[in-house]
Amino acid sequence: MKIDGRTLHAGQATGRLLVLSEPLSFWGGLDPKTGLIIDRSHPEVGQTMTGRIVAMPGSRGSSGTPGVLGEALRLGVGPAALVVTKADVNLIAGVIVAEALYGVTCPIVQVGADEMPSPGTTDLCEVDAAHDDGPTADD
Amino acid sequence: MKLTGAEEHWLAGDDGRAQQLAMQLIVAAAEASGATALVPIEFAHINSCHYSGKLSLDFAEFLLAEGAQLSVPTHTNASLIARSSPALRPAASFPEEVSGAERLMEIYRQLGCTPMWSCAPYQQAEGRPGLGQQIVGSESNAVGFFNSVLGARTNKYGDLLDISAAIVGRVPLVGLHTDEGRLATHLLELRLSDEELKDPRLPHVLGLILGRQAGAAVPAIVGLREAGEDDLKAIAAAAATAGAVEMFHVVGVTPEAPTLSDATGGRAPRRTTVVDAALVRSTLGGLSTVTTGPVNAVCLGTPHFSVAEFGEVIAVLGEATVHPSVTAIVTTSRSVWAEVQLRGWDSTLEAAGFAVVLDTCTYYLPRATGVTGTVMTNSAKWAYYAPGILEVDVVFSSLTDCVASAIAGEVRLGRRAGA
Repeated sequence: MKIDGRTLHAGQATGRLLVLSEPLSFWGGLDPKTGLIIDRSHPEVGQTMTGRIVAMPGSRGSSGTPGVLGEALRLGVGPAALVVTKADVNLIAGVIVAEALYGVTCPIVQVGADEMPSPGTTDLCEVDAAHDDGPTADD
Repeated sequence: MKLTGAEEHWLAGDDGRAQQLAMQLIVAAAEASGATALVPIEFAHINSCHYSGKLSLDFAEFLLAEGAQLSVPTHTNASLIARSSPALRPAASFPEEVSGAERLMEIYRQLGCTPMWSCAPYQQAEGRPGLGQQIVGSESNAVGFFNSVLGARTNKYGDLLDISAAIVGRVPLVGLHTDEGRLATHLLELRLSDEELKDPRLPHVLGLILGRQAGAAVPAIVGLREAGEDDLKAIAAAAATAGAVEMFHVVGVTPEAPTLSDATGGRAPRRTTVVDAALVRSTLGGLSTVTTGPVNAVCLGTPHFSVAEFGEVIAVLGEATVHPSVTAIVTTSRSVWAEVQLRGWDSTLEAAGFAVVLDTCTYYLPRATGVTGTVMTNSAKWAYYAPGILEVDVVFSSLTDCVASAIAGEVRLGRRAGA
């Protein structure tokens, strides 16, 4: 299967999919020290984002988002890439700054809501998000 | 994306790495939001100075080391720590947060920010943005107040983006920065008696209803004939708490809504909600987890207390003092506190047993001071968040009731100001 999307932040990544069934606020929802989802009301609580291609519907961005995502990336426990249905500027700001300061790349690709893989899918997946031409997510 | 020659140079790094990274963030935000151009700003109120972990500090250190310059007057939001009251969050118990927050405050001062450390910077007349000015806001109540009450134009900017915008002096021209984005699509119609309209709790309740009804849309309120700045502050704070409202109109009160037609651009609202006494009562009921019994703490000043609110506390207090079993805390800004001191109210408050805390927010305090049990507040925002964050019981009521309860040491409801 191959999904075409729009690059929100360029880069390449490979990893197993983690598909979230609901939007997640990274602030209060992700433990930046462990990479684990800690929001107790979230269906994927207890799962790890470390090294995964994390696909999530919608967005629950908050001003604390970049700090949490960037800290997880700095400590090497962040996601390998993000696949989102909404362009969340706080996620993008977090990965841009983490890349500039720590040299860690976490590409972000936006796809249509009907193209999101179903929750529970853990296939090995490749994200190739280029700057100019069409970015793709393969699995 | 249309960039000017200067903007292209910044993006290429011709003006240094700090300017380049800030510009990258602003361009990425523009592309994500579908904006095709940037617009110059005249003012910023930033939250990046609120310590939220190593990234916030490393980013600030980078900006300082690379010689970043601010393009516009920039006010700082409240900090994680109160420098004047270090005992509230002892460095020994919170070493990383306290040293990180101290360093972050120092860096933002060195970058040239005006050190307000306040979530209600608009309570200081000096430097307050005005009607039609393009600005940057970050803290949610302040974003609502800037847009709705002052008529300045901002979307809500997260950490990193707010300071980046202050550096490059530009934001994506989209949303509340445009005429179209500021028109009301949702309507709140009040059907309340004169007495119900005068209830000091009403603005907080209206804010919660606005947030629930409008989500992230722009709503207009019809039927609230009078609202002072503290009332509008309460609406802004509560609407951004229960929803993601960044702008609202009060028809006949706020500057872009002399009439309903001005607020909506003459279009029919997508959704109308009638607010009657029953809806007010049920919304109020949801804000308190208990309504009787002993009070362990009274927390006032979310958002930061105004001079007028201090005046009301002084009036209700009279000669009374806070009950010995109650911790009474008010948070405010340095500039408001300076005015309170000029009036001589500071000694009255201290003699009565009120602790005044500057620079930070009372959410963080009960945990830091070990207060448990029942906390009373006049802020719907505080009442909404505190049970989850602090695991305390909460009583929400008017400022008058809060002071009366602080004196009595137990919940006293239904006091009228001056009665």
